Amino acid sequence: MKVLRAARMERCIGCHSCSLACARQVHKFLSWNKAGIRISSAGGLSTGFEARVCLACSPAPCAEACPTGSLIQRRDGGVIQKKKLCIRCGKCAEACPVDAIFLDHLVNPYVCIHCGQCVPFCPHDCLELVDLPKREQTEGGSDD
Amino acid sequence: MIRDFFRVMEVNLTTGKTNIIELPGRGEYLGGAGLAARLFEKFGFIDRDWDDPEQPVIFAIGPLTGYFPLMSKTCCAFRSPYHNQYTESYAGGKSALSLRFANLDALVVTGKAKRLTALCVGSRRVETRDVEYMRGFDAIHTGRVLRKIFPGSGRRSILRIGPAGENLSAYACINVDTFRHFGRLGGGTAMGIKNLKAICILGDRGFDLPEGKAYPKLYKHIFEQLTTTEMMAKYHGLGTAVNINPLNELKSLPWKNLQQTSSPNAGGISGETFADDTLLRNAACAGCPVGCIHVGFVREQFQTNNQYLYRQVGYDYEPIFSCGGMLEVTDAPQVLRILDVIEKEGLDCMSTGVALAWATEALEKGVISEKETEVKLTWGDAETYMQAVERLGRPTNDFYKLLAQGTLKCAEHYGGADFACVLGQEMAGYATGEVFFVSEGLGFRHSHLDSGGYAYDQKHEDKDVTKALDFLVNDERERIVLNCMVGCLFSRGVYKDDLLAEALESVGYGVHNESVADIGHRVQKLRWRLRLRMGYRPDQAKIPKRYSEITTWKGPLDTEYMEALRTGYAARILEMGAPLEEDD
Ligand code: SF4
Ligand code: SF4
Ligand code: SF4
Repeated sequence: MKVLRAARMERCIGCHSCSLACARQVHKFLSWNKAGIRISSAGGLSTGFEARVCLACSPAPCAEACPTGSLIQRRDGGVIQKKKLCIRCGKCAEACPVDAIFLDHLVNPYVCIHCGQCVPFCPHDCLELVDLPKREQTEGGSDD
Repeated sequence: MIRDFFRVMEVNLTTGKTNIIELPGRGEYLGGAGLAARLFEKFGFIDRDWDDPEQPVIFAIGPLTGYFPLMSKTCCAFRSPYHNQYTESYAGGKSALSLRFANLDALVVTGKAKRLTALCVGSRRVETRDVEYMRGFDAIHTGRVLRKIFPGSGRRSILRIGPAGENLSAYACINVDTFRHFGRLGGGTAMGIKNLKAICILGDRGFDLPEGKAYPKLYKHIFEQLTTTEMMAKYHGLGTAVNINPLNELKSLPWKNLQQTSSPNAGGISGETFADDTLLRNAACAGCPVGCIHVGFVREQFQTNNQYLYRQVGYDYEPIFSCGGMLEVTDAPQVLRILDVIEKEGLDCMSTGVALAWATEALEKGVISEKETEVKLTWGDAETYMQAVERLGRPTNDFYKLLAQGTLKCAEHYGGADFACVLGQEMAGYATGEVFFVSEGLGFRHSHLDSGGYAYDQKHEDKDVTKALDFLVNDERERIVLNCMVGCLFSRGVYKDDLLAEALESVGYGVHNESVADIGHRVQKLRWRLRLRMGYRPDQAKIPKRYSEITTWKGPLDTEYMEALRTGYAARILEMGAPLEEDD
């Protein structure tokens, strides 16, 4: 399974093409928030841009916090979203350590599902879809 | 389609009241320039001056804002402090998408706050804050503080003015999101007179997209066109600064207050030099994948022992022409240093550079003395120009106070009007010839963007007056359509009338629209009507003597041809702006 990485954000020009593409194609919305990836300046435009995007945790704290199974753990990390099950408690966003889940004013969560649809819309090649290295099956198996 | 009418927020700073108004007319005016003119008819006063507190400052977006790439600009309309008539200015940044996502087609600010105020609007918010403590804050500092006091990082736009706007210079700009501006004709002053230091627009809503396949398919098609065509590569690569070298070769680069139209030293401020020596990175307006914003850096030693600071300064062709070539500052970092001070003071960089070029020549010729200028303005001396810029932003004497009202106003008092490079306002950077001079001198916004007169000059050696005038009028009409959409004019090669019609159709605005060309025509006439009613006399517009003294690639300027164009264009404007037949 692939995951989205905002790997080269130093190149970002702040065009929002990625979040608008995600909003359009994944969430069927016109928005720059209702999207799995959000772009913000790191404190005024002279400091460059940051992407708020899911880091594909495994285990995913957001999924663990979700009381209804609306967010469930993806095999390699990150979550799959089942919108119908969401009761809009907002627990997922609270649990995410990197503020990757956007809650709209009706407390609908928006989170990256690592589909990669935003990638071709970035004119500066900031984003990529990568294979995560296989994780160890058992805990503590690595000695390096 | 979000809605087939306009949803407008009016904030009255005198009463503190906010109104949401639903206005019909989408099919007749589209949005942007058309909507702004309609709103001025509704909220503005023909018989009151620009500084009447009730005059509105209008920000309007278009029907495709956010739906398609490069539909990323906002039209700001107001009665100009520069000539006391109706005008518009355009800027991008995040302003357009913020308005879209604040669920507004336009924001209209009327009235005057008692004390310096910042306004914050969003889809679920209107708030004013007393920011009297920010009086005198420069535009950059103001932005920094505002980011702390209002919410919405990453999904808001911050519009603000510097000291020049507070001090009512006639060409103060509105800074948008650090690197963009409503630059020309005093938008910042129109805010200043309202005691409005800043506006923060929160784009905190989203909208359902049209059903069906047409829209996503068209989006992809347009996105590909805009990100792959050669035309766009130019804006992204060296940026508009690329123009310096070719214009210099064509003898069309205004230099040293237009005493010259080329210089062997132009290479020092060419797009190539800027890119090689100062370019730090590119940036973009929200919703625009082109990324034409070029951010350069200057570093300065502020203490011995290797103590440096650095600053980031946006550059483009126009700022380089006005603060480089016109002042004969031929070192790229020095140009950026001057621009940095202009940025902080919140002045229009084109007017500032050209005004200082005039002042330098006036000082040289003894028309004025150092008693007026206080500093010894000298061609190429960036340090002194930086000091003069501060005096324009915060006038220290009557001379600077007057120069901040416009070069010609100053020249009328002190003399030297012959060599004032003013075409309706301080000129844009194209000494291409007769068509451009008349086009900017008489044109609606006195901007090089009203129509492509500069391009016409570069392509036509013939002197066919009718053909040139037809071009100006038709090109203006085409650009107005894009200004109603409030698309970026850089995309005009892609967004032709047909494609715009298709785009409107794909999001549901198709059915009730007449042809976009007809709408363009209607708005063109409406805007001219407004201007003429406020006293504009194109037939009396003058082209200063300096313009008849120059030589371009076509040879010495042809004054007869220019005069024929001038009278012809004035007649066309009077015709376009003729009053509607009253229904009595
Ligand atoms: S949304 Fe946040 S918590 Fe959940 S997987 Fe992504 S980064 Fe981790
Ligand atoms: S990978 Fe898919 S879900 Fe994630 S931000 Fe990109 S488009 Fe949105
Ligand atoms: S599409 Fe790329 S350049 Fe544009 S905002 Fe997203 S990451 Fe930045």
